[in-house]
Amino acid sequence: MRDVNKDMEYRTVREISGPLVVVEGVHGVAYGEVVKIKGGDGRERLGQVLEARKELAILQVFEGTNGLDTKNTSVRFTGETMQIGLSTEMLGRVFDGSGRPIDGGPEIIPDIRRDINGAPINPSAREFPKEFIQTGVSTIDGMNTLVRGQKLPIFSASGLPHNELAAQIARQAKVLGQKEEFAVVFVAMGITSEEANFFRRDFERTGALERSVLFLNLADDPAIERIIIPRMGLTTAEYLAFDKGMHVLVILTDMTNYCEALREIAAAREEVPGRRGYPGYMYTDLANIYERAGRIHGKQGTITQIPILTMPDDDMTHPIPDLTGYITEGQIVLSRELHRKGIYPPVTVGACLSRLMQHGIGKERTREDHADVANQLYAAYAEGNDLRNLVAVVGEEALTERDKKFLKFSDIFERRFVAQGKDEDRSIDDTLNLAWELLSTLPREELKRIRKEWMEKYYPKKG
Amino acid sequence: MEFEDGIITRVAGPVVEARNMKGAEVYEVVHVGDEGLIGEIIGLKEDMATIQVYEETSGIGPGEVVKRSGAPLSLILGPGLIGQIYDGIQRPLPTIMEKSGDFISRGVTADPIDFDKKWHFVPVVEKGKKLVGGDIIGTVQEGAVVEHRIMIPPGISGEMDEIVSEGDYTLKDAVAKLKTADGLKDVFMYQKWPVRHARPVKKKLAPGEPLVTGQRILDTFFPMAKGGTAAIPGGFGTGKTVTQHQLAKWADAEIVVYVGCGERGNEMTDVLREFPELVDPKTGKPLMNRTILLANTSNMPVAAREASVYTGITLAEYYRDMGYNVALMADSTSRWAEAMREISGRLEEMPGEEGYPAYLASKLAAFYERAGKAVLEGTEEKVASISVIGAVSPPGGDLSEPVTQNTLRIVKVFWALDTALKERRHFPSINWLRSYSLYLDAVKSWWQKEVGEDWFELRNKAMGLLQKEAELQEIVQLVGPDALPPAEQATLEAARVIREDFLQQDAFHEIDTYCPPKKQYMMLKIMLEFRDLIMGAVRKGVEIGKIKKLKCKGDLSQMAKISNETYEKEFTEMSVRMRDEIGKLVKGVEQ
Repeated sequence: MRDVNKDMEYRTVREISGPLVVVEGVHGVAYGEVVKIKGGDGRERLGQVLEARKELAILQVFEGTNGLDTKNTSVRFTGETMQIGLSTEMLGRVFDGSGRPIDGGPEIIPDIRRDINGAPINPSAREFPKEFIQTGVSTIDGMNTLVRGQKLPIFSASGLPHNELAAQIARQAKVLGQKEEFAVVFVAMGITSEEANFFRRDFERTGALERSVLFLNLADDPAIERIIIPRMGLTTAEYLAFDKGMHVLVILTDMTNYCEALREIAAAREEVPGRRGYPGYMYTDLANIYERAGRIHGKQGTITQIPILTMPDDDMTHPIPDLTGYITEGQIVLSRELHRKGIYPPVTVGACLSRLMQHGIGKERTREDHADVANQLYAAYAEGNDLRNLVAVVGEEALTERDKKFLKFSDIFERRFVAQGKDEDRSIDDTLNLAWELLSTLPREELKRIRKEWMEKYYPKKG
Repeated sequence: MEFEDGIITRVAGPVVEARNMKGAEVYEVVHVGDEGLIGEIIGLKEDMATIQVYEETSGIGPGEVVKRSGAPLSLILGPGLIGQIYDGIQRPLPTIMEKSGDFISRGVTADPIDFDKKWHFVPVVEKGKKLVGGDIIGTVQEGAVVEHRIMIPPGISGEMDEIVSEGDYTLKDAVAKLKTADGLKDVFMYQKWPVRHARPVKKKLAPGEPLVTGQRILDTFFPMAKGGTAAIPGGFGTGKTVTQHQLAKWADAEIVVYVGCGERGNEMTDVLREFPELVDPKTGKPLMNRTILLANTSNMPVAAREASVYTGITLAEYYRDMGYNVALMADSTSRWAEAMREISGRLEEMPGEEGYPAYLASKLAAFYERAGKAVLEGTEEKVASISVIGAVSPPGGDLSEPVTQNTLRIVKVFWALDTALKERRHFPSINWLRSYSLYLDAVKSWWQKEVGEDWFELRNKAMGLLQKEAELQEIVQLVGPDALPPAEQATLEAARVIREDFLQQDAFHEIDTYCPPKKQYMMLKIMLEFRDLIMGAVRKGVEIGKIKKLKCKGDLSQMAKISNETYEKEFTEMSVRMRDEIGKLVKGVEQ
């Protein structure tokens, strides 16, 4: 680091606009360094250099610019990039958007300090994720399998039970044959205190809290903090996983609020906007968060990410879900239609995908017939759904016997396979056996996607 | 040469401005700040230079120095490239890992290829021979498969003054001396070449041979030619990456360059771990022996992502110049375009459509133009090709966006991925009604000669059937399938066989993942025979219900999964059974 006069205080704020502060006459300022900004009210806020010019710096202020003015505000440059102190003592604790404990407990004595921006994992150092995580949710385990080291977002919308589903996954997730439970890093961005309390209570109820680290930025906290809070959470996760050998599940909610904060800064900087006003670099920015999941060759721990986002107007082509889908390894999509039918979790499997499923299932991982059964479920359900549209036009009487069976299949599939209790933890065998039971309502010769040997071995015997 | 240092005046993300840079050139490589981060000059104004930096710029500030290198971003081209994995600016990632650990830290550098490794050089020319750029002076065995041909670099010519005898040499040793107009010149086993300049060829030719990929819908319906250009646009999850991986694995190119441009880290790992294990059907050796990987994942610096496609195509050109047919896969060109947009935005340039810079179209065109089949430089007449297949990731799956549109204006093959097909798990989710290939006529004669006389007719017949099916489906949506006349119901049955059993292909099935051309042809022939037979049967009065229950449909659905060694025999038996079964039905009504 270059020498910076840490005691130098600048009182040369020229402009305050939204979350940004422009300071003049500065020397030796570096891009990305942390600044401390003190307002006339005496309160110190954290900020970061967004642009460093000769004699001028543009800062983003994380704790909001309320109470700052151009006359009494003083700015101090620290010469350091944004860092967080880390320790295993963080497990069981709750922090705010600046990394300060807010659970009434003592300060953390850090074991090590790390730059919250992290560094990209060298692709050569990565290990391919293929250990099956049993979430106990049939639509995920059976058809969109999650593996350790994957990033699998939940695409939801306002009013849908994504929080319940995320909590259920956090509670039930386990790797078969291993006792060790996941450590959970929970990062809240702009969610309501009610939602945050839901998670906190749920973690407490199930005893998960003591192996969890919570970072909370609630709806009434400064929006700009949402830019750094996921990075603090992920730096903590990297420490727990790659330094301490733990398997970490990171839940980020709600990424939509994160992107709104990103847009707010871009707008304040008068940048050229991309689609729907979001900045052109949003893809890269999101990638810097999502890509911090994975496994590293020779390291014991892993990071699995479940980001949650609410699709504005249920629109999957909106830039936030769209860019997310391009980075993550699949998506779990919740549907309002299923929710209205009273089905929990309302996972609409047609739109879902897990890109890493192929490698996490099959013999010795889940069960040899898993891939074929999943394909067959998809195909049969899609066909049944098509028939529903047809029935709407021509009526059920016009269908052939075969088609009627498919139509019926899609109903029982939703009611029995998709739907399950909020505390119902189905093993992968239960899930696959249930799938066979449902598939056997279809004519046997229609199960084309399943190879003969599995048909003989697993097809339920009548009577 | 010594240059004066520049002084940084502004840092904003990957863009840095510096003064005192008079005399610097656009695209010159510079080292930025105290840590010496690698960057490239992208704009000059009086003594100010605008620099894009290939690494994260946190901690860099005004007042630090910029050191000039005097040369544009260039690659080291020589033996040792094959089997490597590089980032966007040819830094070898495994070596970087040894140096800086599991995470890529800043300012780490490493030689792209090992200058101390000894290679067994076999000279192929003698002293006194007159040579020009592109002529081969010797060979080196690079890995298990590739014969690396050492060439006189483009633009140099003269008389061979001295050449070493067969033996082991490193890249530091001069293997020959050439008497040129400017005096004696040492020739090494490697060359340097600036990435943003196409390596010269004598003449571009029209492509004529197919690039066989073993993917039925591609080879049979929308063929790619060696030296051609193709685009695969599709929303997320439609299978761009799986298709690109399949092409990298099975395309019958001699060298494959795979550019992972701004994509997922885990997917690159998949390639990294899988390719050394997969066996090339032609050579029997691991696929890695013909592959170069470039990995600039989405969280690696955006400027290096911008450079990665140029790095990829330059590597491809170098192997083409040796006389090889090279295939380059770029996944995804949209991320490349976005990198351009991001940098353009930081430069505060006037944006074009959707914030992309106004030069997007010309950059895309210039990149694809580096593909092609060509007569190579050199004394002897040699022909080789580069095929480029670019994935495009349109936001929201909307193909009207600028990157897709500008790409489609250039490329000759369009493989349209379709979200609706993906949702019903029809893979590969390539829409057969929207895709096209302008190389059909060019590759027709190869198929007719090598595979089957009637290939083109069969292909068109099948295409016609699928087209007809789409029309009938519209009616079915209104009135239900049973209201159609029997002949049309039979058409639907036949089309369904083509759609489900021919167009669908399981990339993860050990046999189905690669379908040889002859097998494709025979499958299609039998399936079309099925169509003719059932149409005939229905015309003779066989009930459609009986047609729908035919056992031979089960046979047809298993064809793709029959071993690539024994399929000819089994297919013949299968078609006999099919004729028997349908023949019996017909006899049944005739009696």
